[in-house]
This record gives sequence, C-alpha cells and structure tokens, in this order.
Amino acid sequence: MLDGRGRERMTSRINPAFWFVAPALSVIVIFFVVPVAASLLLSLTDFDVYAVASRANLRFVGAGNYLRLTHEPLFWVAFKNTLYFVLVAGPLSVGVSLAAAVLLSAKLVRFQSVFRTLFFLPVVTTLVAVAVVWRYVYHPRFGLLNYALSLLAIGPIDWLGDPHWAMPAIILMAVWKNFGFNMVIFVAGLQSIPDRLYEAADIDGAYRWAQFRYVTLPMLAPTFLFVAIITMIGYFQLFAEPYVMTQGGPAHSTLSIVLLMYQEGFRWWNMGHAAAVAFVLFAVILVLTLVTMRLRVREPVASGVVPR
Amino acid sequence: MTCARRLAAALWILTCLGCRARAGQDVVIEFWAMGSEGESVQRLLAKFEQQTPGVRVRVQQIPWSAAHEKLLTAYVGDAMPDVFQLGNTWIPEFVALNAIERLDARVAHSTVLPDDYFPGILDTNVIDGALYGVPWYVDTRVLFYRTDLLQQAGFAAAPATWEAWVDAMVRIKARAGRDAYAILLPMTEWQPPVILALQRGARLLRDDDQYGNFRSPEFRAAFQFYLDLFHRELTPRDADAQVANLYQDFSNGYFTFYITGPWNIGEFQQRLPAAMADKWATAPMPAPDATHPGVSTAGGASLALFRGARHGDAAWQVIEFLSTPARQIEFYRLTGDLPSRKTAWTRQDLMHDRYAQAFWQQLQHVQATPKIPEWERIADKITQYAEAAIRGGMDMDAALTALDADVDQVLEKRRWLLRRRAAVDAGRPGP
Repeated sequence: MLDGRGRERMTSRINPAFWFVAPALSVIVIFFVVPVAASLLLSLTDFDVYAVASRANLRFVGAGNYLRLTHEPLFWVAFKNTLYFVLVAGPLSVGVSLAAAVLLSAKLVRFQSVFRTLFFLPVVTTLVAVAVVWRYVYHPRFGLLNYALSLLAIGPIDWLGDPHWAMPAIILMAVWKNFGFNMVIFVAGLQSIPDRLYEAADIDGAYRWAQFRYVTLPMLAPTFLFVAIITMIGYFQLFAEPYVMTQGGPAHSTLSIVLLMYQEGFRWWNMGHAAAVAFVLFAVILVLTLVTMRLRVREPVASGVVPR
Repeated sequence: MTCARRLAAALWILTCLGCRARAGQDVVIEFWAMGSEGESVQRLLAKFEQQTPGVRVRVQQIPWSAAHEKLLTAYVGDAMPDVFQLGNTWIPEFVALNAIERLDARVAHSTVLPDDYFPGILDTNVIDGALYGVPWYVDTRVLFYRTDLLQQAGFAAAPATWEAWVDAMVRIKARAGRDAYAILLPMTEWQPPVILALQRGARLLRDDDQYGNFRSPEFRAAFQFYLDLFHRELTPRDADAQVANLYQDFSNGYFTFYITGPWNIGEFQQRLPAAMADKWATAPMPAPDATHPGVSTAGGASLALFRGARHGDAAWQVIEFLSTPARQIEFYRLTGDLPSRKTAWTRQDLMHDRYAQAFWQQLQHVQATPKIPEWERIADKITQYAEAAIRGGMDMDAALTALDADVDQVLEKRRWLLRRRAAVDAGRPGP
C-alpha cells in the first residue's frame, strides 16, 4: 500500500527503483502472470484435441467445467485422497522431522553432520530410483516389509495392490523421502534458540520435557508455522509418488488432484477441464494457507514468549 | 578493419557458403520413429539414401512414453516431421486434427499393394473410407502358455473354445494350489476384456459411435466371463505394478496362460532360463463357440505422411521403401516386429515358425476397436470399472451402467461436432 506521499511521487515521475526491478518483473509477467491468466481463460472453455484442429471447435463454457467438477465422482475421490494424504502425512512428516531435528541437536550425539547428511539423503535422491526400490520393499510376495511383518506373524499385505493399503504405503514412502528437508529447517530453528533460555530453565528446575514444552516449542513457533505451511502446500500437490508407484490405482485409491489434472490434461488432452482442476486446487490451498496463518496470529503463547 | 570485424565477416561468408552448399545438394526428410524401431530403421535407411541420391533422411528417435505428447505439441507448434510412425489407435485422432495426408491416390500407383496386407490391420488405417496410413508392423494378442503345466492338467493342445479353456484353467488352478494361478490378466490392461467382448460380437459403441453400448447382452456375457476368472481365483488380482518380474513368474509357474503380443516372443526367448525353452508355446485365442480362432485386437504401427510435408513425394518414397517385403524381412530380423505384408511372411516361411505361426493364424481374425479419437480414454474407463467390479466395490450392473454414463460424457463433444456437421450439411444447397 502506498501512502499519500508515495502516490504523489509515483504520479509525478516513475521511481528509478522501478527500472531496477523491471527486468525481473517482466520475466515474472511473461513466464508467470501471462500463463496463469491464459490457463484461467482456458478453464472457461472446453479446449481439447478437436479445438487444436480448429478454433471453430472450441466452445466457451463459462463456469461449466467448474460445475461439472462438483458432480464428478472422480474429482471427489481425488479430493478425498489428497485430503487424506495431507492430514496424515503432513503432521506425521512434521513430527518426524521435528523429532529427528531435536535428536540431532542434542549435545550427546556425535557425528551430527554425518547423521544430518544421511537423513537428508532421501530428499536429494531421484524419486524414480527411490520408487523402484520401494516397489521391491512393498512387493507382496518377495518384499522386505512383508518379510519383516511375517516374523511378527502378521499376514502378507499387498501394499500397492490393496486399495486400503496403497495410500498408507505412499504416505510412508513420502514421509521417509521428505522429512529430511523439514528437519534441516528445524535444526536451523533450534540453533537460533539462545542457550541462556535453557540455562535459565535449568536454574528454575525445569527438566527435559518441560524445557522442550516451554522453551523449545514456543521458540520454534515461527519455524513451525513456516514448515507447516510449506509442507501443506507441497503435500496438496502430491503427484510424483503415486505417478511412479501406482499411477493412481488400485481402484483410484491413490489418485491425487494433481495426478487427475495431469491425466485430464496431458493424457486425454482435455486442457479446459484440467485447467479448472488446477484453479480449484489453487483456491483450496490459498484458503487453507490463510486459515493456518490466522491460527498462528491468535496463538497467545508464541507471541508472548518471544524475546525482543 | 579490426581483427574481430574481419573474423565476423569471414564467419558470415562461410555460413552463407554452407547454406548454399546444403540447400543445393540434398532434400532432407524428417522422420520420427518410436522406441527401438527408431534405432533399427536408421540402418535400413542407409540403403535408401544410397539408392536415392539427393535425398537424405534424418531419423529422430522418440521414446514411446513421450511420443503422443510430442506429436501433438509438434502439430500445435508447426514442427511436424514429413513422415512418422503412428500407433494405429492414434490414427483417428490425427485424422481429426487434419494432420495426416490421405494416401489413396499415392497407393493407387505404387508398390504398396493393399491386398498384400492383413485386412483387419489395414482397416485400422481407414477412416470414413479413406486410407491414412500404411501398416509398418503388426501386433495382436494371442495366448502364451506353459505346455508342460497344461499337459500335467490333462490337455495335449491349447484350448480352442472358452469352455475347454475354463476347464483347463480350473484344473490347473486345482493342481497349483493357493499361491499360483491359471492365467495372468493384469487389471490395468484393457485388451483382455475388450478381446473377449469382440469375440462375443459385442458392438462397443452405438449410433455411429456416439454413445456407450456396454449394457448390450454380448458385452455383458463377455464381461461376466472376464470377472468370473477373478472371482474364481483363476487369475491373481494384480495390476501391472505388482508383476515384479514377468519372466521369472512365468518360469516359476505362477501362471500358465498369458494374453500378450509379438514383442514377448523375443523377450521370452531371451529372458526365460534355458530349461524353459521347450516348455512354452503360443496359440491363437480360443473362441466362445466352435469358430476357432476367436478374434483379437488389430494393433501395430503405421507410417503416415504429414499433410503439410515440405517433401511429400520424397517422404512417400521412404514409406514405399520401408514397405517392400525385402525391407520388412530385414526389419523383422532387426527388431522382431512382425511384418505387415503377407509376402514377407511367405518368403521368410514365418507362418511355420514355431512361435510366430500362432500370430499368422490370429492375424487373419483381427478386428479394429472403435476408430474415434476418444477410444483410448474409453478403454481406460473399461479397465477402471472392471477393476471396481473385480474388487467387489460395485456389482456388474452398476459398473456397466456407470461405464455407459461415463463414456456418454466422454463422447459429448463428438455428438456436438456430428450434430453441427449434420446441420451444416442440411443447410447447404444440394449439388
């Protein structure tokens, strides 16, 4: 927002700063704003292979694509699956990465950087390579996981073939693959907590758990919020894991919204419909991000304890 | 003149010379081919370039998984090759795009003899009575099976009817026990249920392919037969993803029958252990009645000409060259792809080949799937609802009703286009 003075200056002559950001801005406009606007337009049409052949075959359908989504069973299946994934894998991933970060930051642990690198390794490994290995791990007859379970006398589970188990299998793999990234952010957050707070807590007679609860967690609140939002946004865009592991199957149990969009758009070439799916996903993520940020503002503990 | 300027001028002159030299010399034909065919065809085309001075062929090899997308984007971006390989289920789409040239006139006086092709395969290249592609190699599905396991179950030869087939499968399953099956039908493959339906004489779509026709008695009967194989546990409920190693599973006796295509002749020969060499064979598909063999799908790939090709005539020469029986035999030796011309089969005595002979018989009985751009999407819907019915989430009636509804929705645009065309035709004064 510009104040009165700023607006006056803007009208009289263009701020020289503008010319400095102009190259970057123009790139953003060309490669981001224009395509987004174009796909918004696209989502109001029924652009498909026939429309590629001739513009005369293109129909303007207004909100038709969006209305169709509301009573399209496959979209709701994808929506439910994505929500399932975000609600289970999200907290799980944040929890695991926080636990890993706290463990790594403990003074007793030696070779911290070695462990940090090891935990971070899955993040930088190619997903396709990872998926090949995990497919073997999950194999119903020869898989390592079922072998381990059989030692505990738990019957063979068809991890990727049973509609009830496919999503948990994807979640397990996704959490394993991604927790290292959040962990690094948490480690950074933990390192920025001044030692004197812990010393003070020690003097006050607070033990480990109390220290974690009343010093570590509140001090990590901003990091926590950041990690939560980034994870949520990332997980709503679940795509690569089911794409390489299951192609959305079995019986659509791992079909995510982005995978649905991809199939509609690039497999069946229904660009209009796919664009509508993309905008619905964008709206969902936007709303949930705003809600999450609002929650953070209301939280009294975090803002109260942060020292000036 | 500075040094840099002099250098620039020299470069400019050289570039111009280069352009002139190349432009004056050769016609360059862009040829896109997929997968291993793209690699092998380059060796054949070396001979073509020798025979036809002044024409060079630049082959671009595209992986199958990206081929469809790349061709569509090339069309949109006006960067199409002159001649390209096209999976024959894609032909209707490229005809709808107006991207490929009608070949009837060219074929009429050429060495490409339509009578020398398998009628069912050639038919997939004919849209609304016009020919748009020349079959390059052929593909259909037949039975691959373990001869020893079938014999142990009491059958000397591959089954010719559905009844004998089920009989054999039940006995194989009874011998195999809990952890092995009679047949492998990956749920993600649309070919098995569609082949069974075509065998029963089902018409998959109705009213000029404008609506789904999956509740017809013929389709229901075939679908029921297909589902029963799962419900009676004659086949495992596996999708593609669960088949970790097909060849290992086949040699372990995890399944006895498998419906698959010609590429697996080579793969089976290469990948099965040596002890398996005498224990497998191929056979044409069983039929629901006594009319053995039953029909199968007409697959394969064709060669097509881009409508706006800069060197259309030269590109057609490439197609003619690759279509001669001699080149087809050579191509078969390089890739294992079955030739599309019958002369190539007879010259090579392929129809008596131990494994190819089943394909020779089957190729006389192949039928095209509906020739509309939406077909692949419809096929995908069939597997979706088959899977739902197999897993017990839906009963058969509900699945077929929903399938019809979904397919009708997919075909909405097609109905609109046909209505509009009809309206235009009606409005136009007669000749």
